[in-house]
Amino acid sequence: CRQALRSTAGPEVDFARAEREHQLYVGVLRGKLGLQVLELPADESLPDCVFVEDVAVVCEETALLTRPGAPSRRKEVEAMKRVLESLNLNIVEMVDENATLDGGDVLFTGREFFVGLSRRTNQRGAEILADTFKDYAVSTVPVHDSLHLKSFCSMAGPNLIAIGSSEAAQKALKTMQQMSDHRYDKLTVPDDAAANCIYLNIPSKGHVLLHRAPEEYPESAKVFEKLKDHMLIPIANTELEKVDGSLTCCSVLINKSSEL
Amino acid sequence: MTTEVGSEAEVKKDSEQLGPDKAKDKPEEASETPDDQKSRETSGEAQDSSVPAPTSQSSPNSQKKEKSSPESKGISRFLPPWLKKQKSYTLAEPKDEPKKRATGEEQGVEESESQALEGVAQPRKSLEEAAENRENAKADDKEKHSISAEIQPSKEDGKETEVEEAAEKKEEKQEEKENRETKEVQTADIKTDNIPQKSPKKIKTVQCKVMLLDGTEYSCDLEKRAKGQVLFDKVCEHLNLLEKDYFGLLFYENSEQKNWLDSSKEIKRQIRSLPWIFTFNVKFYPPDPSQLTEDITRYFLCLQLRQDIASGRLPCSFVTHALLGSYTLQAELGDHDPEEHRSDYISEFQFAPNQTQEMEEKVAELHKTHRGLTPAQADSQFLENAKRLSMYGVDLHHAKDSEGVDIMLGVCANGLLIYKDRLRINRFAWPKILKISYKRSNFYIKVRPAEQEQFESTIGFKLPNHRAAKRLWKVCVEHHTFFRLVSPEQPPKAKFLTLGSKFRYSGRTQAQTRQASTLIDRPAPYFERTSSKRVSRSLDGAPMGISDQSLLRDFSATGGQAAGDKIIDLEAAGQAKLKESGREEDESPLKTPQLELAQDGKISSLRVDGENIYVRHSNLMLEDLDKTQDDLLKHQASISELKRNFMESTPEPRPNEWEKRRITPLSLQTQGSSHETLDIVEEKKQAEFGIEETLVIDETNKGKMQVATDAGETCKVEHVSKKDSSSLPSDSSSSSSSSESEDEEVGEYLPHHRAIEEVIREEQEEEEDMKRKEREENTQHVEAIPEGSKLNVPVEHTQVPAEDLVQENRVTVATEEKNLSEQIKQDLGEEKEEEQLKLNGDVSHVDIDVAPQLICCSEPPVVKTEMVTISDATQRTEISTKEIPIVQTETKTITYESSQLDGNAVGDTGVLVSAQTITSESISTTTTTHITKMVKGGVSETRIEKRIVITGDADIDHDEALAQAIKEAKEQHPDMSVTRVVVHKETELAEEDED
Repeated sequence: CRQALRSTAGPEVDFARAEREHQLYVGVLRGKLGLQVLELPADESLPDCVFVEDVAVVCEETALLTRPGAPSRRKEVEAMKRVLESLNLNIVEMVDENATLDGGDVLFTGREFFVGLSRRTNQRGAEILADTFKDYAVSTVPVHDSLHLKSFCSMAGPNLIAIGSSEAAQKALKTMQQMSDHRYDKLTVPDDAAANCIYLNIPSKGHVLLHRAPEEYPESAKVFEKLKDHMLIPIANTELEKVDGSLTCCSVLINKSSEL
Repeated sequence: MTTEVGSEAEVKKDSEQLGPDKAKDKPEEASETPDDQKSRETSGEAQDSSVPAPTSQSSPNSQKKEKSSPESKGISRFLPPWLKKQKSYTLAEPKDEPKKRATGEEQGVEESESQALEGVAQPRKSLEEAAENRENAKADDKEKHSISAEIQPSKEDGKETEVEEAAEKKEEKQEEKENRETKEVQTADIKTDNIPQKSPKKIKTVQCKVMLLDGTEYSCDLEKRAKGQVLFDKVCEHLNLLEKDYFGLLFYENSEQKNWLDSSKEIKRQIRSLPWIFTFNVKFYPPDPSQLTEDITRYFLCLQLRQDIASGRLPCSFVTHALLGSYTLQAELGDHDPEEHRSDYISEFQFAPNQTQEMEEKVAELHKTHRGLTPAQADSQFLENAKRLSMYGVDLHHAKDSEGVDIMLGVCANGLLIYKDRLRINRFAWPKILKISYKRSNFYIKVRPAEQEQFESTIGFKLPNHRAAKRLWKVCVEHHTFFRLVSPEQPPKAKFLTLGSKFRYSGRTQAQTRQASTLIDRPAPYFERTSSKRVSRSLDGAPMGISDQSLLRDFSATGGQAAGDKIIDLEAAGQAKLKESGREEDESPLKTPQLELAQDGKISSLRVDGENIYVRHSNLMLEDLDKTQDDLLKHQASISELKRNFMESTPEPRPNEWEKRRITPLSLQTQGSSHETLDIVEEKKQAEFGIEETLVIDETNKGKMQVATDAGETCKVEHVSKKDSSSLPSDSSSSSSSSESEDEEVGEYLPHHRAIEEVIREEQEEEEDMKRKEREENTQHVEAIPEGSKLNVPVEHTQVPAEDLVQENRVTVATEEKNLSEQIKQDLGEEKEEEQLKLNGDVSHVDIDVAPQLICCSEPPVVKTEMVTISDATQRTEISTKEIPIVQTETKTITYESSQLDGNAVGDTGVLVSAQTITSESISTTTTTHITKMVKGGVSETRIEKRIVITGDADIDHDEALAQAIKEAKEQHPDMSVTRVVVHKETELAEEDED
């Protein structure tokens, strides 16, 4: 993944630093955690291609290739499709031209899906996701003030939702709580952006949590540090954050025994 | 439980018939009634003198007559003979229970019934056919009535129609009562039947065919009047199934619509067409099948799920289809045998709606991995995977939301799920739902207010038709009861709930069935697993299967009993009419007042209150169990809000309450006036408290007595209310009456249960219908209490007899109630000691109605439920929920308060008392009794608030009616003092002001 980034009003992105951060990100996954990391080739014509999360939703043996809400990103799916096919996943493509779905709006809790209805994701996209993963309840959550549902939340444990403190985040959490038959624990962090973390349950490592570095969000980092059962790995993401990138955006986690 | 007898007795009395039937029944009745009277008298209450005033009938059942006499009197005239018949008919039901009765007995009964019919208007069921005819006739009548009733709102003049409606209402009530009674009282009825036996006749039997889960058929002969339970028990016996509470019998109406057979009702009243064909299905999907005790139970659950999956009803992914299919193979075929299990062995099974070769291969592949699993283990694994499916145990119903968008409502163990397409767009857990109701084709849920919100909101859905709405409502009631109510510890409560109204779930709750299943002590029964194979195969070798297709022919030959359903419909229609009329009226008032709108966005919710209302008692409890801290906090917050409302600014909250409650009249009045009344109330309240303390001691005992009397009154009231509603759209009155009745129920229930004596039974029974609903409400209150302490907080009763007489020309009653409720609330607020209780009460109020604060007990269950139960299409057309007739009304509120506690209200009331007795036929009187029990500093206080709604045309002397009502109230509660009398007059401007 490269630094060709979608330009957004705001501070300039330090490409070099962004790349460094991303290398660290990949390095943690691959080196420290021993995951098999498949890196998609960067495509300079697709400035957002680093945010691979948005183009595929993988759950168990099935992968849904999305139809990103931003037309400029539609072509990103192709690269992802090739990789997923190589993994022998059941691949479902979202062909409905009325449907849009960004993976960043999809929160899978292990028990059910929550799909944020945002500027990038619409009802039809959520329906297709529901059709794809029939075993699970798919609940919709309105997302107004942020780009994606996962801009302010993520799973931080098997039953733990990390959630930001903003009003919008809390409102969304309430919606999710109401919609679910299951009761989740919540981990509230002061900063919405910090609520986006990556949780992994790795047999040899146990609970692993990648969260934003204390240098970025010191208060939120303190909250994460209270998680005693987790292996905590702070990761900086200052540059991609300038273009709405969060930790989960840059990867698609696939639970697959290492056949490859 | 014995209420049936009472109701019967009443009917008979009313009709003044001396048929053979009476002879049978009377012995019991007579014995009971005297006792009741005695008990009441002994209690020191001079009910007889007070109550009976209008009616001069003297019979052993005088009390009842007295209670109901004014109403019944007027109504009885108008009651068509068939109504009476219905009553008798219902009585006959208990007889139906197959085993207990002897054929000869039944015959005798039938004969007697027929005779009675000939002789007068109160014949019992002579022949089923006759009954059917009657029913049909009734249905027609009802339809007519309903039409008239519907029209009435627009037309203010149809008195006659009003009367008819009232009669209908009565009928409905009676019918309901009867139904309930039949369930409860069966034994008693049987006895009675035996006594007067006559010549035996043949028992008519009907062949039933039940499609079992394994694809086989079970058939048997049932008495024509057998209840659903009989058949269900037979089927379960046939299946060797002990944990049967999760299952039920389905029958289809119009091919598509499936209905659950109500085990407590006669089959023939539920199923229209003659071939009695049922399907044995899982009704309540246990969230955790591993907690089932027996493998055979899990097996049947598996069979059901396999059907659900294969039919597509339970969607699952490819992988899940394959996995579940593999467990099915393991359970039914055992370990994979390469030789025996060739490639095509799988295609005999259906695992998925769209079964592909790929899937079958996957199934076979997985099957091989299950080697060693026993069938029971394979079933367990199957269930462990199936239960995680998001649609597991979700009963889907098509509906439209308020904007006409197609959605699906899913009822499950945890609550109500809202789907749009395949997406879950909302969810209402049972603890969140305060009330479930339906009206015509609309289905409503009242939802607990969110944290920041002060008022509960009501959400309405449009079902394809009335039956669909009713069906959904019933399913919700049953699921809530089954999964959420934990009643083993509170058998009486559960009992009430289950039996309280027609549509209450009458079986055991999950908790109860689990407990019961722990007692199962038998070797694991042998059973053969064969079903998941495709149909042809299963039919062939089924050991159990009884495939008598001759049965079908037989059924078809008989062909035409639609009567039972019609009857039900009729009842429903009547009820619906009543409710509708009442509602409509309410609505109209709402529209008029702008204030209401401003305060409530909920006005619609009020209107919404469906005819059938199901109030959740367990809400609070449930929350406690399930609640997260957040929830608790929210709840507390809401409570605190309520408190604030009560305590701080009486004016604002009150208007809301008023509006919400019954609505209009207040709006007409300026807020200022309302405020004044409120203030007064508060003062009074204080006084009341003091009084209450003094009274407390006696009340427990009296409570019973009073209750009985109250109940009688309530019954009357209900009738009246119906009249009112019919005559004029006085929703408020009806609702208020209901609320009151509920309150009464509370008092009644507790006492009844405690002292359950036969004496009271008759009266109780009558009242019970109403009361049961009320009880629910009451229970709610109780539940609310639990938050702080626990469910059954022994509430001390402070009885403050406050009688409010409301003269309504037509619309008004509600306002008074509101006042009362407000007062109550205020009182509660004042009493800090009991804050929890108060809070609870408040909460319950909130839950029940839009104006939570005011009326705790009020609207909810009783009236609405009855009405709701059965509504016919006719009603739908005429009255749409949204329609809000605008009725301008004048409202006058006069409050008489006794200087203080001790002085008997006489002084205050005295003014009114001077008035004479009212007897005009046209007068409709609704009495609602609010019994508030509170614990203050270890002293229990009981306050009784009675709302008497007098609805009438110009004919009525309201002052007299008021005086009479007060007088009666005093007499009924000699120990109590009347602390306040609030007179609220509402007059429709359009009409002449009678007052």
